[in-house]
Amino acid sequence: MATPLENAAKIPLDPVEQRKVRIARNERIGRWVLPIIVVVLTIVGWDLFCVINEVPHYVIPRPGRILQVLIEDWSLLISSLGATLVITFSALTLAIVGGVGLAILFAQSKWVEMSFFPYAIILQVTPIIVIAPLIFIYVDSKFIGLLICAWIVAFFPILSNTTLGLKSADHNLADMMKLYGASRWQTLRFLRLPSALPYFLGGLKIAGGLSLIGAIVAEFVAGSGGAGSGLAFRILEASYRLNIPRMFAAILLISFTGILIFMAMSFLSWLFLHKWHESAIKREM
Amino acid sequence: MTTKTLLSLKQVGKAFSNGTVALQDMSLDVQEGSFVSLLGPSGCGKSTALKIIAGLGNLTTGTMTWPTATVDQLGRPDHEISFVFQEPTLMLWATVFDNVWLPLRLKGTTKKAARAAVEEALEMVGLKDFAASYPRELSGGMKMRVSVARALVTRPKLLLMDEPFAALDEITRSKLNDDLLHLWQKMDWTVIFVTHSVFESAYLSDRIVVMAARPGRVVADIAVDAPYPRGGAEFRSSQAYSDASNTASKALHAAMQSGDHL
Repeated sequence: MATPLENAAKIPLDPVEQRKVRIARNERIGRWVLPIIVVVLTIVGWDLFCVINEVPHYVIPRPGRILQVLIEDWSLLISSLGATLVITFSALTLAIVGGVGLAILFAQSKWVEMSFFPYAIILQVTPIIVIAPLIFIYVDSKFIGLLICAWIVAFFPILSNTTLGLKSADHNLADMMKLYGASRWQTLRFLRLPSALPYFLGGLKIAGGLSLIGAIVAEFVAGSGGAGSGLAFRILEASYRLNIPRMFAAILLISFTGILIFMAMSFLSWLFLHKWHESAIKREM
Repeated sequence: MTTKTLLSLKQVGKAFSNGTVALQDMSLDVQEGSFVSLLGPSGCGKSTALKIIAGLGNLTTGTMTWPTATVDQLGRPDHEISFVFQEPTLMLWATVFDNVWLPLRLKGTTKKAARAAVEEALEMVGLKDFAASYPRELSGGMKMRVSVARALVTRPKLLLMDEPFAALDEITRSKLNDDLLHLWQKMDWTVIFVTHSVFESAYLSDRIVVMAARPGRVVADIAVDAPYPRGGAEFRSSQAYSDASNTASKALHAAMQSGDHL
């Protein structure tokens, strides 16, 4: 049984295949090493720029100073980050519930979709920064106001993608469901929702980042301080006091949080799709 | 042989909203236990006929009756039909087991209760060891086998197949044809098999219904006079096989010449 396979293993790789192996290996290493080199070079260059030009720290702080402030102000910054994250994830959760719920409703009735989809688009294309002040006038609770703003930004990609996904179910499978007398609920549960999953996860990746942005923008507009204020307020506050290093530290924290959210959503996507979906499959040739 | 009529189409016509007449005056009696091929060029309405029989489309004129069918609680005839599409039409996100389980699941059968039936169906198509695989891990022929297993897990009386093996390579196709015949004899099915291959229809069926396009209609009804089991190459070189192929080919050509260009 094993002889043909053993023989096959003895055939040496041709130059083209060898080159492929080499390229693949280099790419694997480069994927990690290159970004690290570029980041290190940027930081070193930044530091040199500040030192050589004698830039004062209240204009552009040296990277080391930002790190120092990040450590010194850690408890303040982390509690603000916590407040922002509460808004971010509450908004994302509501965006998922609202987006998927509305998408299912749209998929059930073309009339509902035709009637209400324009509103979803209006909400999406109107910049949140111009709606936010109105929201804070009408809504007393700051928390609710922030939540509404972040939700408006985050929910559209989920709604739009899930709607598309629910409509993309295989027509023959839908026919088969009908043939076997499947109820509307069964068709949704066994066919439409699984078909929509890759689309939904694509929307979630976008919505995760957007909900953070929505939360930050809303905090900027809300502007009020006190305990439990988010990172955006810390940045505003630091800018009034010309505490530039703290502004940078807060921005750094926001960026890292955004990256982490994106990575978490990508992992979630991989978790659900890697067994069956084309997007998550590695190809040999 | 005294066989009962399973399905009777009388003067069935179907027009679509865009004005196409997909079927005109199609009459067809299908006997229980027979293997009928609907043979014709694309656009002759053979798939439309199959969908109408499956209850997936309604007919514009004529009647369709199921003389032997029992009636369900709602007064509709209980057809016990399964359908095999040209593509495997599997749920890519579900394992082979879950795909085959689906028709039973829709009727409320739990996984535990369905296990025996699903495993038996997979065994019949030779995929017993692949229950936990996902469709993407299977070859085209294996996917089609899963599709067949899903069709037979409900133990249907009537199996409708819409060019099921047309997208497969010749070797796989021929193997699946033999397996299908084997299952048909074993399972006491009635099969209506849509194809555009003269040779496939002559090899498989005991009756070939030749159809022509524009408008879709029946032009010939040919009995293939050869007993089953039909042993592979031997039958392919037999007189009955070549007679059936020739008659079907001639009927197809006659219909095409009288119709317009392809």
